Amino acid sequence: MERIKTIETRNLCDSAKNGGCGECQTSCQSACKTSCGIANQQCENTESK
Amino acid sequence: MIHQYKLGGYNIVLDVCSGAVHVVDEVAYDIIGMFETNSKEAIVKAMAEKYADRDDVTIPELEDCYDQVVALKESGKLFAPDNFESMAGHLKAKTAGVVKALCLHIAHTCNLNCEYCFASQGKYHGERAVMSFEVGKQALDFLIANSGTRRNLEVDFFGGEPLMNFEVVKQLVEYARSIEKQHNKNFRFTLTTNGLLIDDDVIDFANREMSNVVLSLDGRKEIHDRYRVDYAGNGSWDRIVPKFQRLVEARGGKDYYMRGTFTHANPDFLNDIKQMLDLGFNELSMEPVVCADGDPSQLTEEDLAVVMDQYEKLAELMLEKDKEGKPFTFYHYMIDLTGGPCIYKRISGCGSGTEYMAVTPWGDLYPCHQFVGEEKFKLGDIWQGVTNKETQAEFAACNVYAHPECKDCWARLYCSGGCAANAYHSTGSVTGVYEDGCKLFRKRMECAIMVAVARQLGNN
Repeated sequence: MERIKTIETRNLCDSAKNGGCGECQTSCQSACKTSCGIANQQCENTESK
Repeated sequence: MIHQYKLGGYNIVLDVCSGAVHVVDEVAYDIIGMFETNSKEAIVKAMAEKYADRDDVTIPELEDCYDQVVALKESGKLFAPDNFESMAGHLKAKTAGVVKALCLHIAHTCNLNCEYCFASQGKYHGERAVMSFEVGKQALDFLIANSGTRRNLEVDFFGGEPLMNFEVVKQLVEYARSIEKQHNKNFRFTLTTNGLLIDDDVIDFANREMSNVVLSLDGRKEIHDRYRVDYAGNGSWDRIVPKFQRLVEARGGKDYYMRGTFTHANPDFLNDIKQMLDLGFNELSMEPVVCADGDPSQLTEEDLAVVMDQYEKLAELMLEKDKEGKPFTFYHYMIDLTGGPCIYKRISGCGSGTEYMAVTPWGDLYPCHQFVGEEKFKLGDIWQGVTNKETQAEFAACNVYAHPECKDCWARLYCSGGCAANAYHSTGSVTGVYEDGCKLFRKRMECAIMVAVARQLGNN
């Protein structure tokens, strides 16, 4: 029986290969202004995905 | 490193370094929990004993499940090692000297007198002031000159209350639009406002020019009016809500955040979220108050327990609203498991003081809006650029591996080491850790991942 279901995710290890373009938003700019989180930011480099 | 938790009826296993997320049954959950410190034989034996009363749990089946875990490990989706530390400074080094976002303190004054304001009613512990067009223009020129090849430039009109200097905001946007094409830039503007001065002119302008508007509303009227009062002590809820509704209705789907603050007065902030929904808003953010130790608005230990529960209930509410066909967004639960930031972004830390700076009404540069008014953090000004290289170097070095406490935290690739200002104000060091903030952040990430899992599995 299926006991483990793997959810589709971006592989962070693979993202090391061609990431780091720096085009993405700064951390709390344009938003909350009082706490840092980067999980909710979008990758703006379509070539790296 | 893995993180296992149970939430919303799911047993979730997060593989920290690969970012893989697995939804498992309780048998696999236990097997994975024992995997690193026990042999296959010991695990199978322990599971056979624990689940002896279950017909579906057999020795061959347990061995098969164990082998699946081994396969996931071999494919890099479980127990992936953290090989990222050597890359931690890469992004900031590669983009050293590049500035891509400015927070323009267009008005160090405010028409509200909110006791909990981290900016001390917009004055940032200094004198009241507004930014002139000349200073703002120089700030935009500084940004363009220092933005390298970065095309999208973010500029936030912040305060105090920026609409108290609305004419200059309009002039600066007009100036930016007049020069962006020749420099191959695209300005993305944001306006953060308490709403009192919103009128048709503001609505037309904001909806035409602002990529995002951040509208301050604490939710329930009695909660909002507890802190968000004018200088005569009158609450502002009745005056601003109709204005926010008009602005959002006219926005035509462009981004906005209804942003509230919760304090000791409303750790049950889900009721404020519900109030926002009832008012017709569906892009929401509620932030824990940032204040000095001992401040009456400060969240207590008891409050934090309530807040943790509220976060879980908020996640449940989001999934319920999905089912009703009335989805809403919560800023901290926006997580894109299939996209999201690359590993460089995740480990390089907040861009404050390097790619992001705040500009005071008189043109001084600070690492971010939360450091404005703290003289030792002044980096320079918009005419000379960054002259306080020593302080900037502290921020440049402030990546996730600069915080010793983050080493063993499963959420480190989601917060990137946290907020430098919160760290400094709670520990005296930008490489410290604001532990109360971390506890809330970890809970938010657990909830966000659970919501994303439910949506991807189509169970919402």
